[in-house]
Amino acid sequence: MPSSSDFTRRDVLIVGAASVVATAAPNIAHGQVPASAAPIIAGAPVMSKVSLNVNGGIREVELDMRATLLDALRENLQLTGTKKGCDHGQCGACTVIVNGRRINSCLTLAVMHQGETITTIEGLGTPDNLHPMQAAFIKHDGYQCGYCTPGQICSAVAMLEEIKAGIPSHVSTDLTSAPQDTNEEYRERMSGNICRCGAYSNIVEAITEVAEGRA
Amino acid sequence: MKSFTYEKATSAADAAAAAARKEGTKFIAGGTNLLDLMKLEIETPTHLIDVNGLDLDKIEPTQDGGLRIGALVRNTDLAANERVRRDYGLLSRALLAGASGQLRNRATTAGNLLQRTRCPYFYDTNQRCNKRQPGSGCAAIGGINRQLAVVGASEACIATNPSDMAVAMRALDATVETVRPDGATRTIPIAEFHRLPGDTPHIETTLTAGELITAVTLPKPVGGKQIYRKVRDRASYAFALISVGAIVQPDGSGRVAVGGVAHKPWRVEAAEAEMPRGAQAVTERLLADAKPTEENGFKIPLVERTLGAVLTEARG
Repeated sequence: MPSSSDFTRRDVLIVGAASVVATAAPNIAHGQVPASAAPIIAGAPVMSKVSLNVNGGIREVELDMRATLLDALRENLQLTGTKKGCDHGQCGACTVIVNGRRINSCLTLAVMHQGETITTIEGLGTPDNLHPMQAAFIKHDGYQCGYCTPGQICSAVAMLEEIKAGIPSHVSTDLTSAPQDTNEEYRERMSGNICRCGAYSNIVEAITEVAEGRA
Repeated sequence: MKSFTYEKATSAADAAAAAARKEGTKFIAGGTNLLDLMKLEIETPTHLIDVNGLDLDKIEPTQDGGLRIGALVRNTDLAANERVRRDYGLLSRALLAGASGQLRNRATTAGNLLQRTRCPYFYDTNQRCNKRQPGSGCAAIGGINRQLAVVGASEACIATNPSDMAVAMRALDATVETVRPDGATRTIPIAEFHRLPGDTPHIETTLTAGELITAVTLPKPVGGKQIYRKVRDRASYAFALISVGAIVQPDGSGRVAVGGVAHKPWRVEAAEAEMPRGAQAVTERLLADAKPTEENGFKIPLVERTLGAVLTEARG
């Protein structure tokens, strides 16, 4: 979790960015500029309100219409466990679980999720009460720098549910029978989560342990 | 990203009418391609109509034994549907060969048909691209074009259609159902849905302004061995260099559509008459008009060899 000094520094940066909005139209932090302060020009930010059920609680946020779900989680709700990697759906660092399904939170608008149920890494477990997948990642050293890890864990949790639900994959040998819990299946199904440190083999070990109920 | 206004659609016909009334409107469903392009300001809609709430997410049998797939059916749900897995295995396989688990959970059937090219020059806003900026030229011709089209291209554009699903839809003779702003509905055969680039590569489909896809319909199952083989630079989560979607009947006849070689899924029905004679004969007809660049000529033998492997697998 970020310390209070981080928030202070970030707030200063946001104010600094907002002050040059009229001349440079920078990509200002979503939801930080009140509608009344927006420049009266074509293409000015359009504000919106959305209510999200995040990690078991209803959260109302007012944000720029352009805010992705990822930005809403990080910038408006300070749930910075979900990471922004590529911001284009290529790396998987932003993976969260929406209505039971893993998605890239960077490629969806927050306003498209009114009333929906969102689980982030903060909602899976806590330091004192880890989710089995979090515990397994620690045990098997399923990371190095840790930046992709929240996305990997959210993805892995939902991925095992997809196998249980009988959803086939590219490597499933038979489309008409239930998919199996195998190393090959996990690797294929986790291909939307990139780990630049290359911790893949340990990630698969952690997932395998959870799937086998040993974690 | 450019600023935009936003509304939730209440009916398909109203959404189409609303889109026609307001210039610069785009529909948004999964958003996995549109938002990617909006962040780069390659797409700059001024108004978005969110169609996710519409009742277009069902997969239902048709009266003639086929399947009607709602426009909003997610790629995951379509690939996992029991009837699709049993009767249209080619479609399941093509879907599962594309994108990642996260993207398939969000991407829709209609959106998949409408996804735009991954030509690197289309994505690089510092480069000339007739598709992104009509009349600016094509930096891909003469550029790094190993991934790009070998057939059906033009002097204006050598981009490819990136969809795996569309290749299967083409081989399965799908039809696209739409509603227009005046409330009229129509069906478009998949063969006529995607356009070749010609001198207007920015116009990619035969949809008219405001027209909204409501469903994709498959005719009754044709049986046969259904195989989708995709060749790419890595084993998962990459676009095709080439892909082959084939339906092979016990007598050796069948259908073939190819991805990664053209601006649309590439199928030449006349070439299918050669299927009993093997991959070389089919490929010679299928790609007879190919004009590869210095970098992408490898795609022609790659299609032939991949089709050969598919036909061998089908016989096995």
